[in-house]
Amino acid sequence: MTRTLSSRPADAATAARRPILSPRVRRIVEKLVAAAVVLWGAATAAFLAQIALPGDRATTILNVRSGQTQLRTPEELASINAEYGLQNPILVQYLDYVGGLLRGDLGVSYQQHRPVWGIISEQVGATLTLTAVTLVLAWVLMIFWVTLTAGRGTKIRALGSGVDTVTAGLPPYWLGILLLLVFALGLGWFPVIGGTGVDGIVLPALTLAIPLAGFMGQATRTEFERSLTAPFIITARMRGMSDLNIRLRHVLRHAILPAVTLSGWAIGATISGAVIVESLFTRPGIGSVLITAVDSQDLPVVTGVVVLVAATYVVANLLVDLAYTVIDPRMRNS
Amino acid sequence: MMTILDSSVLPGIGQGPAARPVRLSVNNLNVGFSHHGTVRPVVRNVSFNLEEGQCVAIVGESGSGKSVTARTLVGLTGQHAVVDAGGIRLGDDDLTALSPKRWRSIRGRRIGFILQDALVSLDPLRPVGKEIEEALTLHGWGDRASRKRKVLDLLASVGVPAPRNRARQRPDELSGGLRQRALIASAIALDPEIVIADEPTTALDVTVQAQVLLLLEDMKRRGTSILLISHDLSVVAHLADQILVMSGGEVVEQGTAHSILTDPQHPYTQGLINAVPSRDTRGSRLAPAREVAPVHTAAHANDDHAGFDGPVLEATGLVKHFTAPDGSRTAAVNDVSFSLGRGETLGIVGESGSGKSTTARIALALENADAGTVRLLGQDWSAIPETRRRRLRKQISVVYQDPLSSFDPRWNTERILLDSLPAGAFATAAQRRERVLALLAQVGLPDSVLHRFPLQLSGGQRQRVAIARALAPSPSIVVLDEAVSALDVSIQAQILDLLVDLQRQFGLSYLFISHDLGVISHMSDRVLVMKDGFVVESGTADQIFTAPAHPYTKELLGALPTLDENHSVSVSPAASVPPATEGSAP
Repeated sequence: MTRTLSSRPADAATAARRPILSPRVRRIVEKLVAAAVVLWGAATAAFLAQIALPGDRATTILNVRSGQTQLRTPEELASINAEYGLQNPILVQYLDYVGGLLRGDLGVSYQQHRPVWGIISEQVGATLTLTAVTLVLAWVLMIFWVTLTAGRGTKIRALGSGVDTVTAGLPPYWLGILLLLVFALGLGWFPVIGGTGVDGIVLPALTLAIPLAGFMGQATRTEFERSLTAPFIITARMRGMSDLNIRLRHVLRHAILPAVTLSGWAIGATISGAVIVESLFTRPGIGSVLITAVDSQDLPVVTGVVVLVAATYVVANLLVDLAYTVIDPRMRNS
Repeated sequence: MMTILDSSVLPGIGQGPAARPVRLSVNNLNVGFSHHGTVRPVVRNVSFNLEEGQCVAIVGESGSGKSVTARTLVGLTGQHAVVDAGGIRLGDDDLTALSPKRWRSIRGRRIGFILQDALVSLDPLRPVGKEIEEALTLHGWGDRASRKRKVLDLLASVGVPAPRNRARQRPDELSGGLRQRALIASAIALDPEIVIADEPTTALDVTVQAQVLLLLEDMKRRGTSILLISHDLSVVAHLADQILVMSGGEVVEQGTAHSILTDPQHPYTQGLINAVPSRDTRGSRLAPAREVAPVHTAAHANDDHAGFDGPVLEATGLVKHFTAPDGSRTAAVNDVSFSLGRGETLGIVGESGSGKSTTARIALALENADAGTVRLLGQDWSAIPETRRRRLRKQISVVYQDPLSSFDPRWNTERILLDSLPAGAFATAAQRRERVLALLAQVGLPDSVLHRFPLQLSGGQRQRVAIARALAPSPSIVVLDEAVSALDVSIQAQILDLLVDLQRQFGLSYLFISHDLGVISHMSDRVLVMKDGFVVESGTADQIFTAPAHPYTKELLGALPTLDENHSVSVSPAASVPPATEGSAP
């Protein structure tokens, strides 16, 4: 017996039951909620660290301001407690703090007696510039080196990945001194003391960019060599494309996704890494603010920097997610 | 020096082979790969002429040197290749001594190259229009605006409807047929005099394959010379004028398509022709007999279920929905029912996305159906929890298309097979080892493979190990999910023969899932034809293949290539011009 089923409308198999939000919008909303949770967590942790420190906070504040360590009278402490709201229950202090953050108020510095936001905003520009230049330099170095050496003969490949590994492991402090000795003191190409000029940023940025380039290079190289053997690359060669063109126009796009992920992490890490480099090259920036604040126990400033770094991480990772879907459009649907 | 005749002044192109100019002549081509100073030859003494509007096919198994030959002709043999030829001439040009720059000017412009499956042969991150445009840009064709227009013309010329929209889509957003057409459009963008097609239809559904073959035929009619590479003689049968049969790097037989197909001289060619499964080959062997004595083993008796004589597997009203990435729900399996008798083979045939593999997974109780039930040996199977299923698990096993991904790469054959023996069935290590050796003998493998790892086995050997593993628990039913689809025709023939032997020997029931109608018609007693989750037709193999009732079944049968060189594959109007909605992004 032969049974047949008559043709049916094509859409019969597709039950139309769509969710309210489109998946794309829902993903963006999810990301924003997650970002807010991360920021709130970082801010709370910073607040709890202040509370957990030993000693009376009002006394600490007075000592920080005067630069002397001594016992304070209750009258002195009362005015400080009133100024910073320290007499309130911890929960109220916490809510005040979070409320301030929501309004963009990071509190008042113990030492300088002025808003933390003012202190940070004076210095943050230099650090963000350094971060941006570092990232660009790292990408340029990495792409140049990987494109040049990946997927070549055995010896060149070994050299390529060897350099990746060595540079990825270089300590920035040591590398910075080396660059200073060679290019600033020895050859005199760049100023010894950084400043904010264009030539002053090259050595500090290189100090951070070289290890980062090595690190990203390791991740990119694997994908690069895998993509080089893909069938669509053979198709491109069969079209008459040159090897360099293939590497730049086809392979790179497939190979850089891991490096994009690392860049999100690197933006945050570079701000932290700036502490060492800025003191080494005597550059202004958030690093020097942080060192001074930690030295003098100026907790609102430390907290402010922590929240700022956390915010940078969050923004960087949102950008990474965005870059992902631009580089690989297939991810929009998955 | 030879002069190229202008085809437009030729008095009638179909006049005879002698009147046509030779576009490509290969004389005594030898290719080897050097490794640590020694050269391993992979192609020996290949010679042929490719004339205008002619198709030369090179047929052979993987590793026969056919693809290396094709790539040598565009100067992309590889880094360690040693090429030595008496002469390779493309028109007036000598291809044996070209600079990289000269090669690039020939690739894409004078020789187009089509690889298999456009899903991986076109850049998956870029719209197909950009890929086609790239071929034009590389050779400095036209300006930006005229290139854009040309891309649309090209897509239209290969039968892509609504080219303006399709050009903006990526390969993964297009159906298999449309993206393969886009790949072809990128290869013929500059109207090359020669097109090399290396397995252009492998991994494609049969109707898509038919569309691609028709397109190649059309190009040939308009004067393009085609070098067609395939492991499957039936694919090249009606397109090729000349056929070279390659094995182990050598041409074992060469001649006109007619003489090769109707009067093959070399045993290897005869074997290749006999290896093609079809309705006519049912009950006969596809491969030359192997020296493997049937092994009788008492271990395969299913004592506890031997008396059961109802259907061993019975599915009723199976439904399974999946949620698509855009959130909509699609029925992958819709009201599918079947029953499988003892010792019977039920074939399920359909194209990718028809729901046949999901049906198999539900039958194996690896997937829960949204509705419907499956009964195994007359007992509840789909409706009971997994803990209670375990008792029956050994009655049904499965062989997949690619055993490499279902083997632990760090386990050797012995460990794979020992692991597959049912727990507690064999008391001593000696008994277990004896059983493993018996399983190997049953699938025709020597004991020497015991200590080899999956990567060290050939494709055919791996599939035999997969079958041995499926047999290890002495099942009543084996589900074969595209089990021979990744194999060359000659290896496929051996595996199909083995499956028939094992079925006879042990009274096995097969649920045989394939997109290949030839294989299905060779193997099956009864057949289900699936499309878009529905069973559109079911019946005995003879009914389905001699008197198909449903238009879709007829379309599938018409698209099936056969060894009959006069039989041209046909494509229904609906398939040759896909509807505008096909392949649109979700």
